[in-house]
Amino acid sequence: MANLKVNIGNLSFKNPVMTASGTFGYGTEFLDFMDLSRIGGIFMKGTTATHREGNFYPRMAETPSGMLNAVGLQNKGVDYFISHIYPEIRKYDTNMMVNVSGSTIEEYISCAEKINELEDIPAIELNISCPNVKQGGMAFGTNCQSASQVVKAIRNVYRKTLTVKLSPNVTDITEIARTVEAEGADAVSLINTIVGMAIDVEKRRPVLSTVTGGLSGPCIKPIALRMVYQTYKSVKIPIIGMGGISNAKDAIEFILAGSTAIQIGTYNFLDPAISVKVADGINDYLDRHGFNSVQEIIGALDIDG
Amino acid sequence: MKKYASDWKVTENVRLHPNYCLLKLSLDTTIPEMLPGQFVQIRVDGSPTTFLRRPISINYVDRNKNELWLLIQLVGDGTKKLSELKPQQTVNLLYPLGNSFSLPETKHDKPLLIGGGVGVAPMLYLGSLLKSRGYLPTFLLGARSEKDLLLPEEFEKYGHVFITTEDGKSGEKGFVTHHSTLRENRYDFIYTCGPNPMMHAVAAYAKQAGIPCEVSLENLMACGIGACLCCVENTTEGHICVCTEGPVINIEKLKWQI
Ligand SMILES: Cc1cc2nc3c(=O)[nH]c(=O)nc-3n(C[C@H](O)[C@H](O)[C@H](O)COP(=O)(O)OP(=O)(O)OC[C@H]3O[C@@H](n4cnc5c(N)ncnc54)[C@H](O)[C@@H]3O)c2cc1C
Ligand SMILES: Cc1cc2nc3c(=O)[nH]c(=O)nc-3n(C[C@H](O)[C@H](O)[C@H](O)COP(=O)(O)O)c2cc1C
Ligand code: FES
Repeated sequence: MANLKVNIGNLSFKNPVMTASGTFGYGTEFLDFMDLSRIGGIFMKGTTATHREGNFYPRMAETPSGMLNAVGLQNKGVDYFISHIYPEIRKYDTNMMVNVSGSTIEEYISCAEKINELEDIPAIELNISCPNVKQGGMAFGTNCQSASQVVKAIRNVYRKTLTVKLSPNVTDITEIARTVEAEGADAVSLINTIVGMAIDVEKRRPVLSTVTGGLSGPCIKPIALRMVYQTYKSVKIPIIGMGGISNAKDAIEFILAGSTAIQIGTYNFLDPAISVKVADGINDYLDRHGFNSVQEIIGALDIDG
Repeated sequence: MKKYASDWKVTENVRLHPNYCLLKLSLDTTIPEMLPGQFVQIRVDGSPTTFLRRPISINYVDRNKNELWLLIQLVGDGTKKLSELKPQQTVNLLYPLGNSFSLPETKHDKPLLIGGGVGVAPMLYLGSLLKSRGYLPTFLLGARSEKDLLLPEEFEKYGHVFITTEDGKSGEKGFVTHHSTLRENRYDFIYTCGPNPMMHAVAAYAKQAGIPCEVSLENLMACGIGACLCCVENTTEGHICVCTEGPVINIEKLKWQI
C-alpha cells in the first residue's frame, strides 16, 4: 500500500482524488453508491451570494464522448447552504470544499467571507471560469487584470486554503495561472469546461437554450492534459488537474503531467463510484511500479526518455 | 429510498414491432422495492455516441419471475443497441430513481391512466399496483395505428382498456383527448405519460374538468440522481430536478400554458 497523501496549501488530503464541482451535488446524492470517506475531497456545486435559478431548459446535449452543459450556476445561495446543507455535509469524513462563484467582485467576497466562518469547510475553489452565466464568471478568468483583482480581493477575506479554477477558453492559460499565483492562491484547478455548441438540424435551432455551453467529458482530456503540462512548467503552486478523467490511467496521466491532485467530473454520471475506483487504481499503479508514495510521480513525465 | 448500481442479466428481449422492444432483465438477488413512475438509468456501452446513460421507465416488475420489464422505443443509437441485447448478456443499471405516482384519496375514486406511444410504459406498472390495492383502473391508450399499440393484452389484466388510433383501425379514431369515455364517464384522478403535445392536451382537459392530474415528464438527463441540475422543469417552485422531484409532477405545479 503506497502513501497516497498529498498536501495543498495547509490542507492534507488522504489521497489525490476529488470530485468536480457541479457534477457531484453536495456528495449526499452519492451516499448510496460509494463511501465518501474513501476519497480526498469533494468540491460541492457552485455557490453564489444569492439564490440563482440558472438557465432555461434545455441545459444539456450529449456529444461524442462528452456533453455540453449550460446549467448557469443554479443554487439556493450561500445563506441557504449554511443553514440547510452545511449542518448535514460537515459530518462527512473527507474534505468538503465550496466552489465559490459569482458575477461581481462584491458577490464573490460576500460568499467567501461567509464560507470563511465555517469550521468544517477547509478550502474554497474560486470559480472564475464558468462559461454559462452572462456576466462575470468566465470574464474574470480570461483576463489577467480582472483575475488578479478578484483573487486579491478574496485573499483579503479568505484565510484558509484557496484554489482558483481556471478557464481553458484563453490563449495562454499559464499567464492567468502565474497571475493568480502572484496574488496568493494556494493552488490552481484546471480546466473548467470548453465553450462549445450543438445544433438540432431538424428544427434548425441550437440545442441549448443559451446557444453555447460548456463541453466536458473524455473528449476534452487531451486539451486539459496539455494545459496542466504547460501550467506545471510555469507555476510553483500545486495544480489540481481535471478534464475527462474516466479511470485510474487517465488520473495518472494528469499526475505525471504535473497535477498534485485530480478531480473527476462528468464520469460520475456514468459510474457513481468511479472516484473510489480511481483512488484504488492509483494505489495499484504505485505498487506495481515500486513507488512508495504518489508524491514521487507528480510531474514525473519523462520527456527525453 | 435506497438506490443501487448493479449488473442485470437479460432474460428476454422481444421485438414487438420494428420500432419497439420489450427488454426483460433479472437480478441474482430479489429486486428491491420499486414504485410506479420511477425509472432506471441504463448504461449502454459508453461508446462515443452512447456515452451517457439512458433513462427508461419501469414498465413492470414481475415478482414471481424476479424480472424487470423495460418498454423501449428505438429512436437513436442507444435505444437501438438496447434492442440488440441478447439473453444472458448483462447491462448496468442505476435504480430505482425518481419519485412516483400518488394514489387517489379513496378506493371509490376512479383512476384513468392515459398513455400515448411509448408513454404507455409506466402505466402498466401503475395499473397493476392500483388494482392490487383495490382500485379499479381504466386505461386509455393512444397509438398512431393498430400495429403501434403496445402490450394491450397486458393492460387488460388490470382494468378496462380504451383505445384511440389516428387511423381509427383500432378503437376510436383520433387523439386520446377525443375519446368518448371522457364525456360519458366520470374519473376522479388522471395519470398521463406520452409525447409533450398529448400531455399538454390531457392536462388542459383535466384542469378544465377539475380532475387532479399527474404527468410523467421525460426531460433530457445526464446523471439521473440530482447531481448535475440538467433535467430541470420550470415550476411554481422554480427550477426543479425532474430526476429527483419528478418525473411525476402534479399539473398544478407546472407552468404549462393550459
Ligand atoms: C424519466 C424518463 C423515462 C423515460 N422512459 C422511457 C421509456 O420507458 N421508454 C422509452 O423508449 N423511452 C423512455 N424515455 C426516453 C429515452 O430516455 C430516450 O428516448 C433515449 O434516451 C434516447 O436514446 P437514443 O440513444 O436512442 O437516442 P438519441 O440518439 O440520444 O436521440 C435520438 C432523438 O431522440 C431525442 N431524445 C432523446 N432523449 C429524449 C428525451 N428524453 N425526450 C425527448 N426526446 C429525446 C433526441 O433529441 C434525438 O432527436 C424516458 C426518458 C426519461 C427522462
Ligand atoms: C453539469 C456540469 C455542471 C458544472 N458546474 C460547475 C460549477 O458549478 N462550478 C465549476 O467550477 N465547474 C463546474 N463544472 C465543470 C466541472 O467541475 C469540470 O471542471 C469540467 O466538467 C471538466 O471535468 P470533466 O471532464 O471530468 O467533467 C460543471 C460541469 C458539468 C458537466
Ligand atoms: S439529470 Fe442530473 S440532476 Fe437530473
